[in-house]
Amino acid sequence: MTAPEPILSVRDLSVVFDVARRGAMPWTPKDKLKAVDNISFDLYSGQTLGVVGESGCGKSTLARAIIRMLPAETGQVLWFGQDLLTITDAAMKEKRRDLQMIFQDPLASLDPRMTIGEIVAEPLKTHFPRMSKNERAAKVLQVLEKVGILPNLINRYPHEFSGGQCQRIGIARALIINPKLIICDEPVSALDVSIQAQVINLLMELQSELGLSLVFIAHDLSVVKHISDRVMVLYLGNIVEFASSEDFYDRPLHPYAQALIASAPVPDPTVPKRLQDELIAGDLPSPINPPSGCVFRTRCRHATDICSEQKPVLDASNENHFVACHHWQQINARSA
Amino acid sequence: MTLLKVENLSVEFQTNDGAVQAVKDLSFELERGHSLAIVGESGSGKSQTAFSIMGLLAENGRSSGRVLIEGKDILNLSTAELNAYRAEKMAMIFQDPMTSLNPYLRVSEQMVEVLVYHRGMKKREAMAQAIMMLDAVRIPGAKNRVHMYPHEFSGGMRQRVMIAMALLCEPELLIADEPTTALDVTVQDQIMSLLNDLQKEFQMSLVLITHDLGVVAQSCEKVLVLYGGQLMEYDDIKPLFANPSHPYTQALLSAIPRLDQGDEELNAIPGDPPNMMHIPEGCPFSPRCAYVAENCRTDRPMVLPSGSGLRACHKPLKGSLYDGA
Repeated sequence: MTAPEPILSVRDLSVVFDVARRGAMPWTPKDKLKAVDNISFDLYSGQTLGVVGESGCGKSTLARAIIRMLPAETGQVLWFGQDLLTITDAAMKEKRRDLQMIFQDPLASLDPRMTIGEIVAEPLKTHFPRMSKNERAAKVLQVLEKVGILPNLINRYPHEFSGGQCQRIGIARALIINPKLIICDEPVSALDVSIQAQVINLLMELQSELGLSLVFIAHDLSVVKHISDRVMVLYLGNIVEFASSEDFYDRPLHPYAQALIASAPVPDPTVPKRLQDELIAGDLPSPINPPSGCVFRTRCRHATDICSEQKPVLDASNENHFVACHHWQQINARSA
Repeated sequence: MTLLKVENLSVEFQTNDGAVQAVKDLSFELERGHSLAIVGESGSGKSQTAFSIMGLLAENGRSSGRVLIEGKDILNLSTAELNAYRAEKMAMIFQDPMTSLNPYLRVSEQMVEVLVYHRGMKKREAMAQAIMMLDAVRIPGAKNRVHMYPHEFSGGMRQRVMIAMALLCEPELLIADEPTTALDVTVQDQIMSLLNDLQKEFQMSLVLITHDLGVVAQSCEKVLVLYGGQLMEYDDIKPLFANPSHPYTQALLSAIPRLDQGDEELNAIPGDPPNMMHIPEGCPFSPRCAYVAENCRTDRPMVLPSGSGLRACHKPLKGSLYDGA
């Protein structure tokens, strides 16, 4: 199922924000916050890449940098071999026909003063300004039907819809110009469980029907599991583990990924509670002043001297499974 | 011994668009030292239930029925009378710790205030108590951090401060309203395990309000499932998870994406959560229920005993005890 040529290749992408120091004067130099640190990956046609991590790990920044909603510091974003970071704004607008995004807060991402018919039609007006009104209206109805919104609702406003319906409208807006890739930034985390499942199932159906590629960002590993072909785990802007879904969920190798899986609550009261010392300690360190060496070492049970001295590189456990940890072999030999 | 008893609690809001019934005829009780989870999706009335117990309903809200704490009805007490119950008998922690702490005041001032007001302590004595409590919720370096402002704490630490503040007067009932929803999973794990430890340590009763059945399974003894402001099912945790008798509970359980199971398609519940302005006449879940029958749409099911718990359903699932229907 893997096509030989990736449609999207990200190479050494870094995004840096300038942050004012506390009590800083206008002339004092700004601190640098490296939100995304040298990330590289490939996405193949028709596949889903799951991006997982806690808040502040850079997953949304990564998504925004790919479609140039945020400027990248260094690196390349190759879309069918062409670097999106160096083309002109006008050329980028053309490319956005193929690259669409849906957002976390379904209601906030829809203009409250437009009817949903207008909202869904807007990308057509932007990208196909010469399309006739009738044709546009027909397309809107067609795409709304596809996401399960009844056609008699098109003159209503976003606040009249529930969260799940708003997210369907957001999906319709992304779909209407037939994109090749949709970046989904936490599309279900604001929804109730019963509605989450609807939206995930809808995305999976649409993907198999239209051959879409998806980048699916979430903080919840169990949500990602259902939809992803490959999973990338981020921590403080770094990839700590990157693997095919089967490999990853079968045998996560990085201590952070293992901790994430272990912390997910299990909806089964017969599973015994874990002991205090099995929990991952502490909070995410400040990204302005990240730990030296391995970024996870301050919360890692297995950390040794080398972890603070050297930054681990992605090491291949097999051709589909990469992990950035100095000790992954020992850790997993012990637990196996 | 029963600490909290809620009888026929209803909560109604007067809005510009008419009356909205957020909670309808809800009854449950909680023993001393035990824990109860109130589970439901948005708009199920779970938070409003908690707010009416604490006397924190919005201006346009009215509650009726009875809320008994140690046998005394506290629902229609004046604010002054209720203040004697707050903090001493019952305390509450909220979903978003940043917006429920005062950003202008140091943590020390906010905590000392509670003890001076409720216990009549001297400031110095209160400060020592506050530091002790921050220690109890495992905030490292409590002595120094007590003088910090809320924004200087991380999300997880802030929630610990909230918990410490709620526990200052050693309440007998702690209501936690989605205490971990705003937190990352690894931190959620820490906070839930802390809450469970503290519940034992202080011998409190705990009401945990959440939408996440996963969190419930690991931390509570009983579960109350709400939908559209009404009780759907109430049972001990093990039978409820192993053998849910209400179709809503079952659907909710099977909609959870799980790490420990295969990746077949998720079982979504069709339709949308109820619009509180137009709650269906019969069972509120009937428009989305897979087992719906004619009378479900017209007659509201009674809350009846079933096995070890309660259930409101005309078409309960097989495998539970009182399957008369």
